[in-house]
Amino acid sequence: MAEFMTVLYVLLTLLLLLVLAAMLIWYERRLLALWQDRYGPNRVGPFGLLQVAADMIKIFFKEDWIPPFAEKAVFVLAPAVVVITMLLAFANVPFAESLWVSDLNVGVLFFLAMSALAAYSTILAGWSSNNKYALLGGMRAAAQMISYDVFMGLSLMGVVLLSGSFNLREIVEAQQQGWHITSQFVAFGIFMVAAVAESHRLPFDLPEAEHEIIAGFHTEYSGMKFGLFFVGEYLSVLLISAMSVVLFFGGWLGPILPPFIWFCLKTLLVVSFIILLRAAIPRPRFDQLMAFGWKLMLPLALINLLLTGAVLLWWEA
Amino acid sequence: MIQSLFYLTAAIALFSALSVICSRHAVRALLWLVLTQLAVALLFFLLGAPFAAALEVLVYAGAILVLFIFVIMMLNLGRSTLEQERQWFPLSSLFMPTLLCGVLLVELLYALDYSSGQDSQYVAPKALGISLFGPYLLVVELCSMLLLSGLIGAWHLTRPYLHPRQGANGMLPAADLRAKVQKEPWL
Repeated sequence: MAEFMTVLYVLLTLLLLLVLAAMLIWYERRLLALWQDRYGPNRVGPFGLLQVAADMIKIFFKEDWIPPFAEKAVFVLAPAVVVITMLLAFANVPFAESLWVSDLNVGVLFFLAMSALAAYSTILAGWSSNNKYALLGGMRAAAQMISYDVFMGLSLMGVVLLSGSFNLREIVEAQQQGWHITSQFVAFGIFMVAAVAESHRLPFDLPEAEHEIIAGFHTEYSGMKFGLFFVGEYLSVLLISAMSVVLFFGGWLGPILPPFIWFCLKTLLVVSFIILLRAAIPRPRFDQLMAFGWKLMLPLALINLLLTGAVLLWWEA
Repeated sequence: MIQSLFYLTAAIALFSALSVICSRHAVRALLWLVLTQLAVALLFFLLGAPFAAALEVLVYAGAILVLFIFVIMMLNLGRSTLEQERQWFPLSSLFMPTLLCGVLLVELLYALDYSSGQDSQYVAPKALGISLFGPYLLVVELCSMLLLSGLIGAWHLTRPYLHPRQGANGMLPAADLRAKVQKEPWL
């Protein structure tokens, strides 16, 4: 019976995540429109909610074209990689005290590993398209992912130190006395920058910067394969929001309302913040991106880790 | 259940490792190598070392192999390099390595025959950290020094070619550049 429940729960999570990722597209467009003083999609269904369904139907019936000069097997595999890794990473996120698919004791590392593997999606898409703009996008993606991976991991180690565990459930439970954002706000900033760069969303969307390299790594993609990249991007927005809630904002903890509702509300808030980032900040140049990562963010993450360790030792002594 | 999973994963790891050395296309070989690393990570996990498994994916599959693919992608090796490599490595050059590998294989089989197949035990991340920074502290420090020397070496190699009057961006002043072009017009 327990196994049946687990399978049911996995299927429910999967369905919910895919629907949420699609709805997020509508949410982002409406929110951007609000900030830019226009309406956004508001024709199809109530408040334009069915716009996503219409777009999905359109994208499913488009011609699924594979360029004759592409590396066919890799070309087909690449968009699936990002969706698979993001969904796998969600298996590890505790939505409430007993609401999780797997309770890994290396949870933080598993999340980092999955987001590192997601880099293959863009790199392989860029390479297999056999198109110079796609290759440029793929190369940018590789350099960006490797650089920002480094201090994303480092910024989370302060949280791990404070909670004394890699397990995400235990990290949330360690925040009963106060959320980690209070002492680890520098780490939160670094994590947010790195996570947005990892999911290559604006302002860090240089792998697909459309004003320089057409559409970057997905120049040759169309139909549902392009759709998968899109879904993967929104899944990763959901994932980094959920992870920052778990790691810094006390997960499901909160008064009065049920835990799951608290988790959803906090996640929605972080998602809106990421969308606001897109609306507010222009895209940097690629060398600025690299210099910012290695010369500012990495030393900051190291100093934060050092200080956290020192304070913790001092307290214990 | 765990045992059959172990053997299945081991078979995948072996097959993909064989494919790495058999495929002629460099990027495809690297993709097989990624699969090998993932299979090895799963083996670690099944043997009760989740920390090693996570690090295997994070460091090897997620970072080092991405760098490999990054470099190979830029080189865009074609048919001509394949021909060139065939000339470098004739079949006769395989003799000695195969012999040495054979000796290693015999030794491995011998060792496997003698070890009684100890039961693996589960190692929690905390216990691993304590032993890394306890009894094995010296080894960890030595490894980090090795990495540091690698880092300094890489920094030295990638510095712009240092002419006494070259700027930080690697460019010569305009007058020097003109003189250089007049002296060496083929550049």
